Amino acid sequence: MASRPEAIAPPEIFYDDVEARKYTSSSRIVQIQAELSERALELLALPEDGVPKLLLDIGCGSGLSGETLSEDGHHWIGLDISPSMLNIAVEREVEGDLLLADMGQGLGLRPGVIDGAISISAVQWLCNADKSSHNPRLRLKAFFTSLYKCLSNGARAVFQVYPENIDQRELILNAAMRAGFAGGIVVDFPHSSKKRKEFLVLTCGQRSMNASMPNGKDEDGESCSDDDMEEDENQTVCISDRHRPRKKLKGNKSSKGREWIMRKKDQMRRRGNVVPPNTKYTGRKRKDRF
Amino acid sequence: MRLLTHNMLSSNIKGVINGFPLRIEAVKVVEKTVEMNADFLKNMFQKIDWKVLIEASRAMGYTELPEESDFSLLESDEFLSIFHHALLELHLEEGALVCPESGRRFPVSKGIPNMLLHEDEV
Repeated sequence: MASRPEAIAPPEIFYDDVEARKYTSSSRIVQIQAELSERALELLALPEDGVPKLLLDIGCGSGLSGETLSEDGHHWIGLDISPSMLNIAVEREVEGDLLLADMGQGLGLRPGVIDGAISISAVQWLCNADKSSHNPRLRLKAFFTSLYKCLSNGARAVFQVYPENIDQRELILNAAMRAGFAGGIVVDFPHSSKKRKEFLVLTCGQRSMNASMPNGKDEDGESCSDDDMEEDENQTVCISDRHRPRKKLKGNKSSKGREWIMRKKDQMRRRGNVVPPNTKYTGRKRKDRF
Repeated sequence: MRLLTHNMLSSNIKGVINGFPLRIEAVKVVEKTVEMNADFLKNMFQKIDWKVLIEASRAMGYTELPEESDFSLLESDEFLSIFHHALLELHLEEGALVCPESGRRFPVSKGIPNMLLHEDEV
């Protein structure tokens, strides 16, 4: 498993001048960030009336995610705790306004003025106590309550997070719910360990009462709901009577049949691996040459 | 930092009840041209605290904004362009923001206000 930057040092120290430049000049990270922020913007479900909105980018870093917002014509305010990252953002002449602030200290913004908020790979940093005065629970609470305050009625906040484990996800989600948000987690590519991405989609205010959760994406760009997975599970359930001696399987053990191959191929495809297409030759036996 | 952001920003020091508006101490102001979007301005107009915007633009050395404003003014192109200039094109590059209640200074350098609080202010 890849090492987690939040386990190494606090964000303002980890993202120093060197690391910030490395981060922004890596084309892979740039691409991932752009994809994530596009998806986050999609999940934000802003009204499509062509009017630019005032958005918040929490943990904006060098402004990679903000660029996607600017491309869509929105105005944004970005905040980050790392001065080095912000310096790079200034160098890159991003269009949004930048603030050097710590989200765990709460956002100092007027109530009800922001039309939506996104945050790419940032909120998990809040779960760490980097100073003796830090208490993750209190910092999460301060962050979510101040965010709830500054969002306008019916606005959404979308956070892409990499939770370390289930407990951490629960911790973040609970803090959000306590602050008054409604919503939940959307998982894209749930079957793949590499491409799997989690988005915390939160709604504030009245519209949240009837807001439905969007579905996560699957490999083909289709949405996949939990119902599909349940069906899969039903198919594989079998009851075995362990008191009886097993009958020996007939025939060659190594060949598992076309059906098994198809199932395995589907499984790999869902994980996002490159799999050859299904043809009439799939699962067919080779000729006996000798 | 644009005045749009200034109009949204308040200090959130512990114990400060009304941290809005932050007073501007301008050392260096720059202007950057931005494309105008009337819809955005009309949308923002209702969220903007007009008095604060006037005060802020004066602190930055821009005095064109009318004292009073209401929705009827939004139809005039002249007003929109002044409003647009004040809101989005004036940048506070160097200076400070001062909390109205506690007098705490938040320095602004390279256009980025440092809103980090000390440990005893959280």
